[in-house]
Amino acid sequence: MALNKESNAYTFGFAIALVIVVGTILASLSLGLKDKQEKNGVVKKKMDILKAMLPMEEANKIDRSNAEENFNKYVDLKNALVLDMNGKPVEGNAFDIDIKKDYKNKTLKESDKKFPLFVAQKDGKKLYVIPIIGKGLWGPIWGNLCIGEDMRTVVGASFGHQGETPGLGAEITQQFFIDRWIGETILDENGDFTPFEIVKDGSGPKPQKVDGITGGTITSKGVEEMANRGLSVYATYFKSNMQ
Amino acid sequence: MSEIAIKSKAPREPLFSKKNKKLITDPLTDNNPVTIQVLGICSALAITVQVSQGVVMGLSVIFVTVMGNLLISLLRNVIPSKIRIIVQLVVAASLVIIVNEVLKAYLPDISEKLSVFVGLIITNCIIMGRFEAFAMANKPWPSVLDGFGNGLGYAGLLVLVAIFRELFGSGTLGGIPIFGNSLPGEESGLYAMGYANNNMMILPPMALVIVGCIIWVQRSRNKSLQESH
Repeated sequence: MALNKESNAYTFGFAIALVIVVGTILASLSLGLKDKQEKNGVVKKKMDILKAMLPMEEANKIDRSNAEENFNKYVDLKNALVLDMNGKPVEGNAFDIDIKKDYKNKTLKESDKKFPLFVAQKDGKKLYVIPIIGKGLWGPIWGNLCIGEDMRTVVGASFGHQGETPGLGAEITQQFFIDRWIGETILDENGDFTPFEIVKDGSGPKPQKVDGITGGTITSKGVEEMANRGLSVYATYFKSNMQ
Repeated sequence: MSEIAIKSKAPREPLFSKKNKKLITDPLTDNNPVTIQVLGICSALAITVQVSQGVVMGLSVIFVTVMGNLLISLLRNVIPSKIRIIVQLVVAASLVIIVNEVLKAYLPDISEKLSVFVGLIITNCIIMGRFEAFAMANKPWPSVLDGFGNGLGYAGLLVLVAIFRELFGSGTLGGIPIFGNSLPGEESGLYAMGYANNNMMILPPMALVIVGCIIWVQRSRNKSLQESH
């Protein structure tokens, strides 16, 4: 029996068969690789936290193979806290909170959002790592700010982005930009939150001011918004716990 | 069926005959998909800011053109002509998804860098162009060579444009500083003498200008490419 390749039946049959075959291949591939991809995500999160809290030389040594080991060395997840929007500790597992998902979720009320605070120990000193999320020019940007034992000085940071312009906005991940944050304070002497300002005029060395990136104004502004919104929640917690 | 039987009786030509070699070398020079056919321009603008991105993007496109041409060529006699474009699209899209998923699982750092651009391979006109113009009418082996040649032609141009843009836009090549340290306050090398990076180079329009210059050079060297008017 000769097959009429111009017939509608053949065309439909071919289309259906193609969809089934392709669908099966892609679905099984996705399922097969899901565990590995999720594990990559967890390791990446640990790497970002470590990069924020460690000095540059040590942070540069962190890669996917030793992230787990170093994370367990410095960070005890049992000490990690979960805060509500008023900075009050609540029940929950800090590491499992996906702030990226919460940030994108338009139906989730601000009061229902939870904010993780990781507590790390290094050289006998306590460090607080705060994950933050916001948006840049082309897509999401995120980062971790590390606050020192005094609960008000920024001692480290790490930033990441999805698709900022290489050479411009994407420079936020570079060490020179991170260095501009170190030493800034998030609380004044009374313990009140003092927001940051990203500036263009080179006045970055002044308190509460951080130099932006030339040609990356919108991304820099995104970092400013993300840091101020993220930190405002934690500031209340730090204020009530300051010695 | 008789048609296929006759074809298989024809004398076998060597794997790398003159004709087959031309399939690879042509797209590299006088039939370059980007400079001559002006296909795939959109992605050439987007990801040529850094050489490393261009290299990985080029490799991904080579994979998709080779595998896609092979699959389409194998299926060419059973694809119903009414829906052939859709079938080609499905093949291209599936291959791109496979590349993306595998990169995410095994090379997460590179996948992060490329982010959305891997998905954008689907929109690369070179892929659909080669499926429709070559693989639909040729045997699998020449199709594979044609896919490889065109992918390589695309990748080569991408890297060439990226070298110009990264060198003059950021003063680095593959992330390594060439002209010295450009950070304000700690300039060294050329920057200490007052040299400044050209920020225009980082913006997409400059890629068009560079591609234009490459087309200009290529056409003035090869008179047969010039239109007669």
